Amino acid sequence: MARRSVSILNRLLANPPSPFTALSRSITYMPRPGDGAPRTVTLIPGDGIGPLVTGAVEQVMEAMHAPVHFERYEVLGHMRKVPEEVIESVKRNKVCLKGGLATPVGGGVSSLNMQLRKELDIFASLVNCINVPGLVTRHENVDIVVIRENTEGEYSGLEHEVVPGVVESLKVITKFCSERIARYAFEYAYLNNRKKVTAVHKANIMKLADGLFLESCREVAKHYPGITYNEIIVDNCCMQLVAKPEQFDVMVTPNLYGNLVANTAAGIAGGTGVMPGGNVGAEHAIFEQGASAGNVGNDKIVEQKKANPVALLLSSAMMLRHLRFPTFADRLETAVKQVIQEGKYRTKDLGGDCTTQEVVDAVIAAFE
Amino acid sequence: MTMAANLARRLIGNRSTQILGAVNSSSGAATSVARAFCSSTTPITATLFPGDGIGPEIAESVKKVFTTAGVPIEWEEHYVGTEIDPRTQSFLTWESLESVRRNKVGLKGPMATPIGKGHRSLNLTLRKELNLYANVRPCYSLPGYKTRYDDVDLITIRENTEGEYSGLEHQVVRGVVESLKIITRQASLRVAEYAFLYAKTHGRERVSAIHKANIMQKTDGLFLKCCREVAEKYPEITYEEVVIDNCCMMLVKNPALFDVLVMPNLYGDIISDLCAGLVGGLGLTPSCNIGEDGVALAEAVHGSAPDIAGKNLANPTALLLSGVMMLRHLKFNEQAEQIHSAIINTIAEGKYRTADLGGSSTTTEFTKAICDHL
Repeated sequence: MARRSVSILNRLLANPPSPFTALSRSITYMPRPGDGAPRTVTLIPGDGIGPLVTGAVEQVMEAMHAPVHFERYEVLGHMRKVPEEVIESVKRNKVCLKGGLATPVGGGVSSLNMQLRKELDIFASLVNCINVPGLVTRHENVDIVVIRENTEGEYSGLEHEVVPGVVESLKVITKFCSERIARYAFEYAYLNNRKKVTAVHKANIMKLADGLFLESCREVAKHYPGITYNEIIVDNCCMQLVAKPEQFDVMVTPNLYGNLVANTAAGIAGGTGVMPGGNVGAEHAIFEQGASAGNVGNDKIVEQKKANPVALLLSSAMMLRHLRFPTFADRLETAVKQVIQEGKYRTKDLGGDCTTQEVVDAVIAAFE
Repeated sequence: MTMAANLARRLIGNRSTQILGAVNSSSGAATSVARAFCSSTTPITATLFPGDGIGPEIAESVKKVFTTAGVPIEWEEHYVGTEIDPRTQSFLTWESLESVRRNKVGLKGPMATPIGKGHRSLNLTLRKELNLYANVRPCYSLPGYKTRYDDVDLITIRENTEGEYSGLEHQVVRGVVESLKIITRQASLRVAEYAFLYAKTHGRERVSAIHKANIMQKTDGLFLKCCREVAEKYPEITYEEVVIDNCCMMLVKNPALFDVLVMPNLYGDIISDLCAGLVGGLGLTPSCNIGEDGVALAEAVHGSAPDIAGKNLANPTALLLSGVMMLRHLKFNEQAEQIHSAIINTIAEGKYRTADLGGSSTTTEFTKAICDHL
């Protein structure tokens, strides 16, 4: 029964009803006794606009009286590694919400985001790039989910200087990781009633590495005959995204291409300030702004407090569903979408000029 | 070409500095992209590879337009062979490559890479043998051909020899594959020098280096270091560094933010195709490969379209615009401008457009319209 309600819910969300129809009446959930007990979630505010947008989420959660209790930990981009206690906390709570962590350029510090993902084996990163009603963009009918392998590939961090002036970086692709991300992508498509999975690659040049990735995807595709599977080369993919994005549904990619494709798709659908996403593994999940561009913001936005909290709010709605509080998730999403559609309270990247606080107040006011 | 322009050229003199001298020289003075040529009226020989599929038709188109415009170029045509030449290990003959090396300038149509083993791909052969290290692709919105983006005017310069496309892969154990990405100081400096030189000679104000140095710290870090070194020699050009995720998002939201982009191989491949998509696709995009010793090979980057080959339906715009890039490299700026304006006006007018632009003209009609505009 849970499966049916999830698919009904997704259909409804794909065509969101006008804010004036009572969403809550057409779907019923039957909780188990004790399901309402509050869950603890690790909260990592992060750098730059991170504290601003996570603060927004905390405010909204409180206003909704959501059964979520945040355990806050300070992690900043310049730290050498993620503190032990934070990892312990995420392992204990199983769910984490975080703002952006800046990775200094060429600073000799390995990315904390990557560290978190590798330690907790969070191998799938998901971004849902979808046109939000009320937000006018150049492209219509965009509804793409980019599923990106998150632990290996070009981001293995294995670099060394061979001789002065010559540097090598290893891109590692394994069958194990490729298979599990392919399986996750097809399972996602199956559970969410998606019709097509596209694998993005550059196997004409990197024959062995991306060839292995494609092989794994093809094998998994055989187990899902109801889902169409095709492959596309990454440069052609970017060109098609800009010209005809409606042809894509679910995309599964290795690490680096996933980064580019996710940011491009998020850009055409309205910008990374609006797209929800998360990272999930077999046991843990970390929710953050979907695509990574601009998740730390710049000094000006931090000063003026005009960061866009929408992406993190929608991601926290995904988190609420992950924690099995679907009604709270529905209410939050409806409220946020209503605020965007009305168009009065929008931050700079959406064409308005509001501060984060004003958007948050508008969302809280939209709760019935 | 007018008499006055002829005389002016002879009076000013002929500069024969070669572009690659810029790598070792430190002059900020006018080192322009120039070739030694004795006199402006003797024709210059250029190699032409018509290619496969629609290649020969669009090559005809280019030849006609160039003759009508009075460009003093003699074409030396070479075709891809039907057998593998053992000296080059590919279907391109040694004579073809020697011809490009001798003429120092060439124009290439689309070539279909034959499938099979035991030979190198055609593009790879050209790249390695001619040492083509930079791929330059200007992307600008064509007035009159409306896409979702109207204000694109940028140039992508991509390092073409190393990076992720070094082709060095191996299987470590079953199920684990490693692929090497190589970045060297020499290649990065070379492409950075060309990028800034190009920006300067074409009056561009900003050069952005695209990277992912927060994750790939040593490799992209080295690339950035080289770009910074070159940037110091050109204080009048603004230099900035943009992470590739931000770059992708900004390109699709507001492409007017970018001017000249310089990038390593993989990012360059993806970003240049993305930019081509912004302006209307590969059928309209010119491209030029720059090699050592001032070699320039302009090419049309679209496919050979075997399904419309021989039917007089192909769009020659990409090859024509690449030819214009070639002319500018040869410093035939006046004719380059003429032909360029003729193409732009023909497309803007909208009366003669080929099928892929939404019209119904044939290749010959389109070519004739351009010649009429000259």
